[in-house]
Amino acid sequence: MEKRAHISGWTLPLLLILPQMAITVIFFYWPASQAIWQSFLREDAFGLASEFVGFENYASLFEQPEYYRAMVTTAIFSSLVAFFSLACALLLASQADKNLRGGQAFKTLLVWPYAVAPAIAGVLWLFMFHPTLGTLSKPIKAVGIDWNPMLNANHAMTLLVLSATWKQISYNFLFFLAGLQAIPKSVIEAAAIDGAGPLRRFWTVIFPLLSPTTFFLLVVNIVYVFFDTFGIIDAVTGGGPAGQTTTLVYKVYADGRLGGDLGGSAAQSVILMIIVIALTAIQFRYVERKVQY
Amino acid sequence: MVENRPFAQFMAYLTLAIGILVVAFPVYLAVMASTFDTATIINGNMPLVPGDQAAENYNRTLLYGGMHARQPVGGMMFNSMIMALGIAIGKILISILSAYAVVYFKFPFRKTAFWVIFITLMLPVEVRIYPTYKIVADLGLLDTYTGLVMPLIASATGTLLFRQFFMTIPDELLEASKIDGAGAFRFFKDTLLPLSMTTIAALFVIQFIYGWNQYLWPLLITTKSSMQTIVIGIKMMITTTDALTEWNVAMTTAVLAMLPPVLVVILMQRLFVKGLVETEK
Repeated sequence: MEKRAHISGWTLPLLLILPQMAITVIFFYWPASQAIWQSFLREDAFGLASEFVGFENYASLFEQPEYYRAMVTTAIFSSLVAFFSLACALLLASQADKNLRGGQAFKTLLVWPYAVAPAIAGVLWLFMFHPTLGTLSKPIKAVGIDWNPMLNANHAMTLLVLSATWKQISYNFLFFLAGLQAIPKSVIEAAAIDGAGPLRRFWTVIFPLLSPTTFFLLVVNIVYVFFDTFGIIDAVTGGGPAGQTTTLVYKVYADGRLGGDLGGSAAQSVILMIIVIALTAIQFRYVERKVQY
Repeated sequence: MVENRPFAQFMAYLTLAIGILVVAFPVYLAVMASTFDTATIINGNMPLVPGDQAAENYNRTLLYGGMHARQPVGGMMFNSMIMALGIAIGKILISILSAYAVVYFKFPFRKTAFWVIFITLMLPVEVRIYPTYKIVADLGLLDTYTGLVMPLIASATGTLLFRQFFMTIPDELLEASKIDGAGAFRFFKDTLLPLSMTTIAALFVIQFIYGWNQYLWPLLITTKSSMQTIVIGIKMMITTTDALTEWNVAMTTAVLAMLPPVLVVILMQRLFVKGLVETEK
C-alpha cells in the first residue's frame, strides 16, 4: 500500500526515523550479531581471550544429553500448555458467545489474568500447591498422592503447566470470542434448519470456520510458552528438580549466567532464533492461505 | 442462540461461573494470605476468610519489605512504575515518529528502513539476552532506568500499529492541509496526532502491562537492590529455605504487584482489547 500524497523533503523523515533506527541497531542488531559471532568463539575461563572454534560449540551442544532433555521438556511443556489453554478458552468463549445476560461482565471477569506477570502467576500457584502449606495440596495428599513439586519432576511440570495455562486462557478467550462473533449467524441458522443440533453445528460449521483463529493462536501460544514462561519457571522450580523442568530458553539463561559458558549459551540463542523465525514464517505463510473455509 | 433451550442456557452460565471461579481462586488465596501472620499460613491451615493482619502486612511490606527483601516494596513499585511508563511512552514516541516518516514521506532507502525495523518483530529479547547485557554494561547503563527501558523498546510492534492506522487516514486530509499552507509539523500536530489518540491510548495500555511485567531483563541488569522492580523482588522473598519464607509478606507483595496492571485492564478494557487485537495482527 502506498499513499498518493506525500510531503516533500529528505532530511526531516531521516531525522524522524533516526531514534528508532539508533535504538534498533544498538539494542537489536548489534547484540543479535554478537550472539551469532560468539557462538563460533570459545572464551577461556577468565573471559580474557577467545579463539575461533567454528561449529564446535554447536557440536558439543548436540553431544549433551541435557540439551536433548531440554528439547523434550520444551516440546512437552508447550504442547500441554497450548492444548489446555486453547481448549479451555474455546469452551468458555463458545459459552460466552451465547447472547447471555451480563455477557460483558463475564468477559471482564475472564480477561484480567492477562495482566498478571508470569512470575507472579507462578508464585500464586506455588503458594496454592505448596507441599506443606498449600491450600490445595492437602486434598491431593488426602487421596494418597505424595504431592511434592519440589522433589518430583512430574509434579513440578504439572504445576508449571497449570500456572502457564491459567495465565494464557484470557488471551485465547478474547481472540476466540472475537472469532466466534465474526461468524455470520445466517450460516449457523441454516445448519439448524437442516436439523443439526448444537454439538454437530459446533464441530461441522463453527469449528472449521474458526480455524484461522485457532491456527494463529497455536503459533502465538507456542511462542508464549517458549519465551514468556521464563518467569514462571524461574519463580516456581528454577529449572529443577535436577534440571527436569529446564526448557530451551531457561538453559540459555542458566548456562550463560550460572555456568559462564557464553559460547555454548550463544549457540543455543542462535538455534532459538532459527526456531522463532521458522515459526513466524509459518504463521505468515499459512495463516491466511492454508487454513481456509 | 438459534433455538431457545433453557437447559443449554443454564449450562452456559454454569460453565462460565466455574471458569471465573477457577481463574479467580489463586488470586483470592493470595489476598487472603495477605491478611494473616506468617505462623497462621505456615501451619497449613489458613482460613478462607480474611484475617485481621491486613493493615500490619501492607504497612510492613510497603515501608520495610520484610526479612529477605533488601528494600521496601514501595520503592520497588516506584522502579516498576518508572520502567513501565518509560517503555510505554518511549515506544509510542519513537514509533509514531518513524511511522510518520515511513508513511508520509518519500526518501531514499525507505523500504529498507521499514524492513530493518520490521525484522525485530521476530526476535524477543530472551534470545539475545547476554550480548544485550554486555552492550548495556559497556555503555555504563547497568542499574539505570535507561538500561532497563531502552533494549525493550527496540521492537516493531508500535511502528506497525501506527503505520497500519495512518494508512486508513484519507489522503485528502494531507492534500487539504497542504492547500491550507500547513507544513509537515503542522499536519502532524493538528491533524495526525488528534486522530491517533485512541491508537496511542491502546498501545499505551498494552506496553504498560508489558513493561510492568518484565522479569528476565531487570533480573539481569539490576545488581543494586535499590533498582529492583517488584516482579523480581518477590522472587527474592521466596527462594530462601521454606521455614524462613515470610509468606504473608510475599503474598502481600504479589497482590501489590498485580494491582496496577490488573486495574489498567479492568478500567480501560475497551482500549486494552483494541490494543491487544491490533498489535498482534
